[in-house]
Amino acid sequence: MLDSKIPSGPLAQKWDKHRFDLKLVNPANKRKFKVIVVGSGLAGASAAATLSELGYKVQCFCYQDSPRRAHSIAAQGGINAAKNYQNDGDSVRRLFYDTIKGGDFRAREANVYRLAQVSTNIIDQCVAQGVPFAREYGGHLANRSFGGAQVSRTFYARGQTGQQLLLGAYQALSKQIAKGAVQMFSRTEMLELVLVNGHAKGIIVRDLTSGKISRHSADAVVLATGGYGNAFYLSTNAVGCNVTATYRAFKKGALFANPCYTQIHPTCIPVNGDHQSKLTLMSESLRNDGRVWVPIKAGDHRPASQIPEGERDYFLERKYPSFGNLAPRDISSRAAKEVCDEGRGVGPGGLGVYLDFSDAIRRDGEDAIRARYGNLFQMYEKIAGENAYQTPMRIYPAVHYTMGGLWVDYNLMSNIPGLFVIGEANFSDHGANRLGASALMQGLADGYFVLPYTIGNYFATTAKSCPAESSQEFSQAEIQVNERLRKLISINGSRTVRSFHREVGQLIWDKCGMARSKAGLEDALRRIPAIRAEFWENVKVTGEPEGINKTLEHAGRVADFLEFGELMCLDALERDESCGGHFRTEHQTPDGEAKRNDDQFSHVSAWGFSGNLAKPNLEKEPLIYEEVTMSQRSYK
Amino acid sequence: MKFTLKIWRQSGPEKSGHFETYEAHDIQAEMSFLEMLDVLNEQITISGGQPVNFDSDCREGICGMCSLVVNGIPHGGQKGTTVCQLHMRSFADGQTITIEPWRAKAFPVLKDLVVDRSAFDRIIQSGGYISVNTGGAPDANALPISKDQAEMAFDAAACIGCGACVAACKNSSAMLFAGAKVTHLNTLPQGHPEKYSRAVSIVVSMDKEGFGACTVTGACAAVCPKEIPLDVISKLNRDYAVGILKGVSA
Ligand SMILES: Cc1cc2nc3c(=O)[nH]c(=O)nc-3n(C[C@H](O)[C@H](O)[C@H](O)COP(=O)(O)OP(=O)(O)OC[C@H]3O[C@@H](n4cnc5c(N)ncnc54)[C@H](O)[C@@H]3O)c2cc1C
Ligand code: SF4
Ligand code: FES
Repeated sequence: MLDSKIPSGPLAQKWDKHRFDLKLVNPANKRKFKVIVVGSGLAGASAAATLSELGYKVQCFCYQDSPRRAHSIAAQGGINAAKNYQNDGDSVRRLFYDTIKGGDFRAREANVYRLAQVSTNIIDQCVAQGVPFAREYGGHLANRSFGGAQVSRTFYARGQTGQQLLLGAYQALSKQIAKGAVQMFSRTEMLELVLVNGHAKGIIVRDLTSGKISRHSADAVVLATGGYGNAFYLSTNAVGCNVTATYRAFKKGALFANPCYTQIHPTCIPVNGDHQSKLTLMSESLRNDGRVWVPIKAGDHRPASQIPEGERDYFLERKYPSFGNLAPRDISSRAAKEVCDEGRGVGPGGLGVYLDFSDAIRRDGEDAIRARYGNLFQMYEKIAGENAYQTPMRIYPAVHYTMGGLWVDYNLMSNIPGLFVIGEANFSDHGANRLGASALMQGLADGYFVLPYTIGNYFATTAKSCPAESSQEFSQAEIQVNERLRKLISINGSRTVRSFHREVGQLIWDKCGMARSKAGLEDALRRIPAIRAEFWENVKVTGEPEGINKTLEHAGRVADFLEFGELMCLDALERDESCGGHFRTEHQTPDGEAKRNDDQFSHVSAWGFSGNLAKPNLEKEPLIYEEVTMSQRSYK
Repeated sequence: MKFTLKIWRQSGPEKSGHFETYEAHDIQAEMSFLEMLDVLNEQITISGGQPVNFDSDCREGICGMCSLVVNGIPHGGQKGTTVCQLHMRSFADGQTITIEPWRAKAFPVLKDLVVDRSAFDRIIQSGGYISVNTGGAPDANALPISKDQAEMAFDAAACIGCGACVAACKNSSAMLFAGAKVTHLNTLPQGHPEKYSRAVSIVVSMDKEGFGACTVTGACAAVCPKEIPLDVISKLNRDYAVGILKGVSA
């Protein structure tokens, strides 16, 4: 039975009580404990810096050439915190409730409440580090409302909030590296987790510059390796984002929770050709002034300017009269897919809808629109080559975030003792749909304010052990890693790694993307193993395992997506309901909205590796709501 | 579209490199520059060759990982644009394009177009931070900061650490990068207690890493994808000079 270790007592007091109950490690002893942190994004960098400040010996790893380049850097919109600086009725309780409801009642209540509680400390900490948040003329911090929230609780630094927060964490990390308290390994990829006596005690890594494989042992391992959106091939993630670290842990016994919960963002620049390598997000704020439409008639290929008003379908305004163009992410995305499926999509391939600013320009003038969104219009022009002041933008939904991740308890520890998982890599706080500006908050909450407390309890309550790197378990894991790399190179087939990634990604997008059905998922489950089998017989990876070999890196990541994709589809098939971003076409209300089945599916699905990829073990953590009442979301 | 590509190939850090010529066919105008290289690499792989190694990650101009000199200009010469945001429609069909790595003593080539920029990390480690630990920070609004100051700090903080400024400079100076960090932190009141020691430490660290001296030619700011202004260099020079006068040590 999964024990989530939720403390007893009233919701609002659980974290305080828990902090008091946690066993402490004596300050003089802390330096005897070594912690491995894999990942240097908001979660990993904040954790590595803070743990080393407390006295632990830390080793931190990332695959980029500098910890400052983790994908957190790309977050645009902002970070939520229940500061209530605007005096507009925000509170810890409201942020908590919005997050639970936004997640369609599929997140763990106690974790979300704690997240809302520590959100306020995050902003204080970041300002102390010198993060240049936007300010009002009086010198106080500015806020905006974001992602449909009814209060202004989002802190931001122009359109580069993630960059500025990450640089704050990176600088804190740099300070600790300079002191010798953190040892940083950039351009280093974790390829295996090592367990000793059932506890996570180390990792096997590949130095991406020399190709050398090495062993690192520790008293505990923290994974902060981000999300798995690149399972879909095209996503708004960086091209290197991967599932390898968490998937390797899964194969060593860690439970993977809700892998089918993925978020599709409605406003991205559409795919423009077969060779596209990634998709670019356009800030959601554009929907404040842009109107979304497609032609009424299928197959209408006239340019937008020649389609008269009466022949346009402003479908969000039509379907959701009160929220209109501001309907939530999952709902807007599905509506766009629907009209494109009906053959009414615009642009190359018919996979796009218009986001039209002409009314706003007529109303407020082009200068006002430029002042609001100038940089976004510029970015659009760079990528799409079109001037959106003159012709409507084309947008289409794209994969953006993964709510699923390794299962963790209230202490952020997985079911493998000593293995902690933080940031986007865990599953805990966003349920079936994440609210805008909440991922940055969660990453920093985990790294600065939660893990540094909870990890001490593990050390204080288990016998100290940091095994020798020469031990049997490490040698074996290293042999397996080497064999796999040699195998990838020795196949010498006739297809490129990218062609496999594209093929499996497209399949997962078609069958396990915005709309999922039993038949489609079963089809995917038949086809993924066949693609995987072909990969292992016919992929071509040239070069050597020694030295830099970017194709080999990509091959290892794709090999893991080829297994993990199957788990996503299995989870989507098993969850025979719709909730948040998981939309099963069989389960919708008469108006086409997601229809939950709380009697049967109010639980976390945590999958364990059984040795057979097609038949993982399913464990369920029931979601018990002590304080909120579950309701049907409505945005009509 | 088709292009003739002259690409720098170098098998390892200590090896000598050379230009190799490739013909790229079936390139679409909508492709980004790096997608064009992806396509080339697929063609090279299928014909049994060694694909060209180059760095990239976000492919949207914010992580600072991509680092190509295109036709002699770091990031390719489009104003405020990283090479990952460059699209093939801005090249003429049939054109010859040369592609090289950043070249600077402090950024040794590791392989093909991949260079080692860890010197930038060490510059930040020498003082590019505010010495506060996690916990105990005062309420964020306890210290009002004027909008102008916050904006000025932000303009400098927008640096993505790509290193194009160094690659463009005939002296391989890192002053624009270093000036950006010093301006970001020294403009804010939180950064004041360490203002002078930060400037001095960072300058000492740049020298140690083998970056050259600045002769203010402005080549750095001209290629900077985040349009960091040259002013940041004067700010660094000022704080450094005062630091030295005050006898602050690194
Ligand atoms: C375009 C975009 C915009 C966004 N905007 C917002 C926003 O406005 N507000 C918001 O709240 N959220 C936003 N998000 C989501 C948010 O940015 C992420 O969820 C969050 O930053 C993830 O942080 P992280 O630390 O968990 O992971 P990441 O920042 O992804 O870091 C992962 C780290 O793990 C390392 N790593 C991965 N695999 C390995 C391996 N095998 N070996 C070694 N190291 C490895 C990487 O090198 C990296 O250092 C956005 C996301 C995207 C893609
Ligand atoms: S100053 Fe400009 S060119 Fe130099 S590293 Fe920063 S962003 Fe790159
Ligand atoms: S790849 Fe990130 S800036 Fe170019």
